[in-house]
Amino acid sequence: MADIEKKEGMNSRRRFLLAATSVAGGIATVAVATPFVMSMMPSERAKAAGAPVEVDISKVEPGMLLLVEWRGKVVWVLNRTQDMLATLPKLNNQVADPKSEKNQQPKYAQNETRSIKPAILVVEGVCTHLGCSPVFRKDVAPADLGPDWLGGFFCPCHGSKFDLAGRVYKAVPAPTNLVVPPHMYLSDTRLLVGSDKESA
Amino acid sequence: MSKRLEAMIGWIDARFPLTANWRAHLSEYYAPKNFNFWYYFGSLAMLVLVNQLLTGIFLTMNYKPDASMAFASVEYIMRDVNYGWIIRYMHSTGASMFFVVVYLHMFRGMMYGSYRKPRELLWVIGMGIFFVLMMLAFTGYILPWGQMSYWGAQVIISMIGAIPVVGQTLSNWILGDFMLSDAALNRFFAYHVVTLPGLLIVLVIVHILALHEVGSNNPDGIEIKANKDPVTHIPVDGIPFHPYYSVKDIFGVVVFLIVFTGIIFFMPEMGGYFLEYNNFIPANTLQTPDHIAPVWYFTPYYSMLRAVTVNFLWIDAKLWGIVLMGGSVAIFALLPWLDRSPVKSIRYKGPIFKFALTLFVISVLVLGWLGTKSPTPLYTLLAQIFTVIYFAFFILMPWYSKIDKTKPEPTRVR
Repeated sequence: MADIEKKEGMNSRRRFLLAATSVAGGIATVAVATPFVMSMMPSERAKAAGAPVEVDISKVEPGMLLLVEWRGKVVWVLNRTQDMLATLPKLNNQVADPKSEKNQQPKYAQNETRSIKPAILVVEGVCTHLGCSPVFRKDVAPADLGPDWLGGFFCPCHGSKFDLAGRVYKAVPAPTNLVVPPHMYLSDTRLLVGSDKESA
Repeated sequence: MSKRLEAMIGWIDARFPLTANWRAHLSEYYAPKNFNFWYYFGSLAMLVLVNQLLTGIFLTMNYKPDASMAFASVEYIMRDVNYGWIIRYMHSTGASMFFVVVYLHMFRGMMYGSYRKPRELLWVIGMGIFFVLMMLAFTGYILPWGQMSYWGAQVIISMIGAIPVVGQTLSNWILGDFMLSDAALNRFFAYHVVTLPGLLIVLVIVHILALHEVGSNNPDGIEIKANKDPVTHIPVDGIPFHPYYSVKDIFGVVVFLIVFTGIIFFMPEMGGYFLEYNNFIPANTLQTPDHIAPVWYFTPYYSMLRAVTVNFLWIDAKLWGIVLMGGSVAIFALLPWLDRSPVKSIRYKGPIFKFALTLFVISVLVLGWLGTKSPTPLYTLLAQIFTVIYFAFFILMPWYSKIDKTKPEPTRVR
């Protein structure tokens, strides 16, 4: 390059043509790359999937956890007993976001029990740390979780802990409470996960 | 050599630099004469690479990259394909052995200062190989679509989602869906069998070209090119790679293959370390296994990922864990510029470096062991302590390598 410049002289016309060719080539490269890069985004079929799921909760006894699949994720429906609900206020000092101030739930679930009906908890069973599904541990004070454990969800992957309202404990890897998905009750026993009144 | 063969080679040489390359890279590539045990692992890594390429091609003939068929197709290979089990075990054992030889190869470089000038770029290219190798291991581990494939991938992909601002879009782009699904399995298969092996082969060639440009380091860490025969211009401490080291490496290959085949025939799962038992269960998107841990070669980084449990400097614990994990791998690439010792080899370095390197190896082993265990408060504390030691080895190196009491280097190799 340097040799050519010396011999032929790099006049302004040549320099302009070189720059113009580079710019045109660069634009063409970006244009050609576009279909390849965009082909990797979720397809129309993937976007179309994920309709709301209707769940019959009449058979979910107090203390029982039901697993529902919605958009390839697991959603928990937990029917909490009075004893379970009584643990929530006791843990206010141990959880990171006791009043659910971070935007992890629809407005109608931003309350003490993080639910529409006090007993029925509907949350995504997906750890807010790295997406594992925590284990439901309703046993009180088990050997591995220590004497202070009042029941809740324990993530086996990285040790994050959540209480029975899906509120995250302090000093665990997970940063936020479990996500409450949009949901609504079609009747007393029929729950719709994935949609609520506003969007339905 | 017969006249006819000579004529044939002459014909080729007039059209392609066959003899010239043979000389430059084998028969007249002069390597230091004092190579020891630690110098087997470079050529062994190439052997394992060939094993992975060869067995991988045959696995693709029966494997199906489809979320509904992948698990069954691997079982089909194991049970019904003629000799499918041995091809698959060669590939799965080869993956672990790849990391064994590469880790030993890297440790050799750390002991003898092989990353120091003029081999900085050689070391950085090697780190590129290490990174591609980790990507290959990750994408390959997803393919059987078992419980560990699914949940392991879930954890890694969630890390990308944690990147501020662009994370979620990026994760959708990588997965081709809003969650880990068939789309991701299909494209990870493409990466695992086409993109990444291609990249790896190119990087290995570039690594060897860079090595042959600057010449091999040796256990004494001195430059043999500094002392050349005045007439022949051949390093006086150098011997031609072929036949001296080609024969030595063949001996290493034989010993390695005894170990390798022993594992394949008698303990291909290696007690759950090479092939995890939970991965013999098909992926279940609703339930994480009670105990999940990565394959052994990723456990040290995994320990560091979950060691951070407190938020500081406005960044939450989750992102810190990810930054530390990425940093623990990336920081190796900075070694050439962190080491300020006047000597290269551990033979002439002082007690501080020897102590630091020992402590580093211990911390890698402890972190690796912790990564296979469920997190308890005690284990998390241990992981935090050893993560600090791990990083201190690198970050404090510019100071301790400078004040360390070194011994004078010899002028000739011993």
